[in-house]
Amino acid sequence: MSDGALHRALGLTDDEYALVEGVLKRAPNHLELAMFAVMWSEHCSYKSSRIHLRRLPTSAPWVLVGPGENAGVIDAGDGVAIALRIESHNHPSAIEPYQGAATGVGGILRDVFTMGARPLAVMDPLFFGPPDDARSRWLVEGVVAGISGYGNSVGVPTIGGELTFDEGYAQNPLVNVLCVGALPRERLVLGRASGVGNLAVLLGSRTGRDGIGGVSVLASAGFSGADGAASLDDEKRPSVQVGDPYEEKRLIEACLALLDAGLVVGIQDLGGAGLTCAASETAARGGVGMDLDFTAVPLREAGLAPWEIMTSESQERMLAIVRPEDLAALEALCARWEVRCAVVGRVSAPVADAAGRPVGMVRVREGFDGPVLAEVPAVSLADEAPLYDRPRARPADLDARRDDDPADEPAGDVAAELLASLVDPAWVYRQYDSQLFLNTVVGPGRDAALLRLAGPGLPASERGFALTTDSNPRWCAIDPRAGTALTLLEAIANLACVGATPAAVVNCLNFGNPEHPEVMWQLSEAVDGLAEACVAAGVPVIGGNVSLYNESGGRDIDPTPVLGVVGLVERLVAPPPGWTWREGDAVVLLGPREARPDPFPLAGSLFARRRGRRGGRLPEFDERALVACRFVAAEVARVCAGGVSDVAAVHDVGAGGLATALAEMSAASGVGLAWGDPRGHAELFTEAPGRFVVATRDPAALVEAAAGAGVEATVLGLAAGARLALGEMCDLAVADLAERRASALARALGR
Amino acid sequence: MSRVGVVVFPGSNCEHDVVAALSALGGRAELVWHAETDLSAYDALVLPGGFAHGDYLRPGALARFSPVMEAVAAAAEAGRPVLGICNGFQVLTEAGLLPGALQKNRGLTFLCQPTTLVVVSTRSVLTRAAHVGDELVVPINHFAGSYVCDDATYRALLEGDQVVLRYADNPNGSRGDIAGIANAAGNVVGLMPHPERALHALLGSADGRVLLEGFLAAADDAAASARLVAAP
Amino acid sequence: MEYAVRVEVTLRRGIADPEGATIERALPALGFSGVHSVRTGKAFSLVVEADSAEDAREVAGALATRLLSNPVIEDAAVTVVGVA
Repeated sequence: MSDGALHRALGLTDDEYALVEGVLKRAPNHLELAMFAVMWSEHCSYKSSRIHLRRLPTSAPWVLVGPGENAGVIDAGDGVAIALRIESHNHPSAIEPYQGAATGVGGILRDVFTMGARPLAVMDPLFFGPPDDARSRWLVEGVVAGISGYGNSVGVPTIGGELTFDEGYAQNPLVNVLCVGALPRERLVLGRASGVGNLAVLLGSRTGRDGIGGVSVLASAGFSGADGAASLDDEKRPSVQVGDPYEEKRLIEACLALLDAGLVVGIQDLGGAGLTCAASETAARGGVGMDLDFTAVPLREAGLAPWEIMTSESQERMLAIVRPEDLAALEALCARWEVRCAVVGRVSAPVADAAGRPVGMVRVREGFDGPVLAEVPAVSLADEAPLYDRPRARPADLDARRDDDPADEPAGDVAAELLASLVDPAWVYRQYDSQLFLNTVVGPGRDAALLRLAGPGLPASERGFALTTDSNPRWCAIDPRAGTALTLLEAIANLACVGATPAAVVNCLNFGNPEHPEVMWQLSEAVDGLAEACVAAGVPVIGGNVSLYNESGGRDIDPTPVLGVVGLVERLVAPPPGWTWREGDAVVLLGPREARPDPFPLAGSLFARRRGRRGGRLPEFDERALVACRFVAAEVARVCAGGVSDVAAVHDVGAGGLATALAEMSAASGVGLAWGDPRGHAELFTEAPGRFVVATRDPAALVEAAAGAGVEATVLGLAAGARLALGEMCDLAVADLAERRASALARALGR
Repeated sequence: MSRVGVVVFPGSNCEHDVVAALSALGGRAELVWHAETDLSAYDALVLPGGFAHGDYLRPGALARFSPVMEAVAAAAEAGRPVLGICNGFQVLTEAGLLPGALQKNRGLTFLCQPTTLVVVSTRSVLTRAAHVGDELVVPINHFAGSYVCDDATYRALLEGDQVVLRYADNPNGSRGDIAGIANAAGNVVGLMPHPERALHALLGSADGRVLLEGFLAAADDAAASARLVAAP
Repeated sequence: MEYAVRVEVTLRRGIADPEGATIERALPALGFSGVHSVRTGKAFSLVVEADSAEDAREVAGALATRLLSNPVIEDAAVTVVGVA
């Protein structure tokens, strides 16, 4: 009988406690309660979001593994499969930015090599408060150093991401991390236990008290203080894990070698909820049970209680399911890589429940044949958390905000606005190894990253793949449904710039407190927007992560769905055009010059946000833009395949609008442009996605080809000289644009 | 054809890239585990980049005690080409096979970026195919790449023509803009930049080719002279 | 006997210490005036089995020179703190 205080302290509600009693047909003991608490946490069970996530389209002929496994997997051709996963590490990073970000990288890598894939690249979308705030600076520097320190050392390149500064994240920064890996198709493994009598072997680090309760305490509750994480640091710091990239590096090599040698039948990483999660998920997926001997778990310090051992989130650990006859070979391979291994459990046969159905039981024992301290159906932990259809409510002020369109904002100082939009994130990405494995054709800082589809142990291929992560909380705050759909369009446009056709989406849904009906409405709308856009673009969702309770002092963050999209390039033997145009090139705008329903919507733009305007009407998800994306992707893909082309430069119109895209290209080229007739400042700063700036020697041919594909093309002018002139509204020296862009971030951070 | 051994310490991570690069240039390169004590099968050795033993304590500090290092020292002593790239350079200085040390970058951040290198000497197994004054675009990728040494060592490096590569625009605070040095005999070379990352225009630069081609030629020479010794 | 030993490794005089310099530059903004000559280093604590404090110092000194410090750029100072 619980005294009530215990289950509540562990994060379970009274109703959930009653459900546990129903599952067990008795009161749980402390250990069992702790196991349910971590597995039924929001972080592990997706209990508030799962009913919504079901609406996402997840299938396509090239999808090998969809959502629900450790990573989604697609067939990339030539016998190579790509594994993709995205996750958040928001709250740990708010408390200890270096270790929070570092262990975020470590965790996502394990999710990917669990599938048999060698992690090939990482991307990090980051969201902080304004950079002139001391705490934000501390967070930025810590998070970037953590990603750099862990990622570089573990030997996986970081090839891009996003960097967003906005007041809304001042107390609740977001640190998302995406990892892509590749594997020979036939090596695909799943995290499931099978074969009664097979051994469960714990690989990697010893288990300590770090991270205990991480999922229930840190990831599944908001920061209640008005100053967010700052007030809770001391109290919660013990549950922040410490990363060891050297351990992880040896673990990766050892696990990939074990898989190559066929020595494991299933493997699963230990992440949130630790051994409880790994054991119950592998057993549940395999329809079997598992007996665990907690005394066999190698410990970092003496005196850990069974519940601590079962819920510790100590990093750099894997659970492998191994045939007894392969144990010696596994131990030898682990010894070579100096990876600790210990048999901690056995796969057990399911037992018949009251109705005679087979149920796999997770049992925690003291000694392999010793007393049973906990006995819980694996599926009840892994799959049977209560699902909540939490109340949803359209925000009361929504209509008023949508009516408050920033179209009436005066142009102001256009040159100053443009300069303020120029930020080169190089200060961040220079700290990341972006080139390891010799695959990086287009690295960080451009529209999308482009890599060769190659790596140690992969079949030879001339194919390439592209990756981008995109988000737009400014749009999503106004209309999460349309905003999320437009975010996908923006991602597809980014991929098109490097010649890639979208193949799969993963999403990291960063939202506020799900107990606030407005937040649940935002989440539900965002899922619908993503689903609609995915159907329109023909791209499946193959995985995702939901991060809720991103709030501080009762204020929720703006809805921040982050999309990671992988695209494929048929043949990659030459680099795609960059941002550099040449003197005399014609500069052409491809895609709809005017959006719908308003031609130059400023709602949700940087221009509007800088003026404190948070409302208005977003552009429609425009089929014409999708057509433009396909046209540009095909043109660029031809260049990548080694074809001759007059196209010198390609860049899509994103944050900061067309003016910013032109300024970035001028700065990169050292060559200016005079565009005589922009239709006002709104055309310069609207961010409607699916438009491209393309520079070419032969505009007539480009315009004709575009017309043939049904794509609007507008020649803006000729690249020339040393100034960027946009009608009468602004006239700036290219050198000033370049200097401003290069130094903006370091200056903003006071470096 | 000569055989090049690429030494893998636990925590190394550029070993596959080095093998791929040398193979692309027609060389024959194989991975050698750090526990190996017999390197007699190899005509030349590469210590690749990465974080040997996690770079814990100091970069290279633990790797220098790996079993393989005695054989590496013997190969260096015997005049066989030995190349340390990035972390490999750090290991060679810790092991005393090259003078000086590598310290944290001046700006105290990791730096992954292209650099322009100027060839200062061609009297080394790495730069023998290049020309003095050549400018090569080769990326760096390190946190502790700032070369330091005392005045006497620096003078000796200059007098012995042992500075082989300098940065055109010093990114990390290295003394004398040093990017790479050789031992007095020129057969042991260490450099912080990664020539294997500059092998194809597709990846941004092909300027690393001339360096690795020179190294492979030196390996071939070592193989030929080994055959002469073996067949009197 | 077991002796608690402390080894401090610092950069040799004349070797640039960018970390120390950065800390020193940050001090005025934090309100610390009159603090200078900041040098960074590393400290190790060890337990050494030895017959005497002198033997323990010798073992730790050899370890400090051979592994814990790089004599090219660093100095090591060994202190026997007491019996462990």
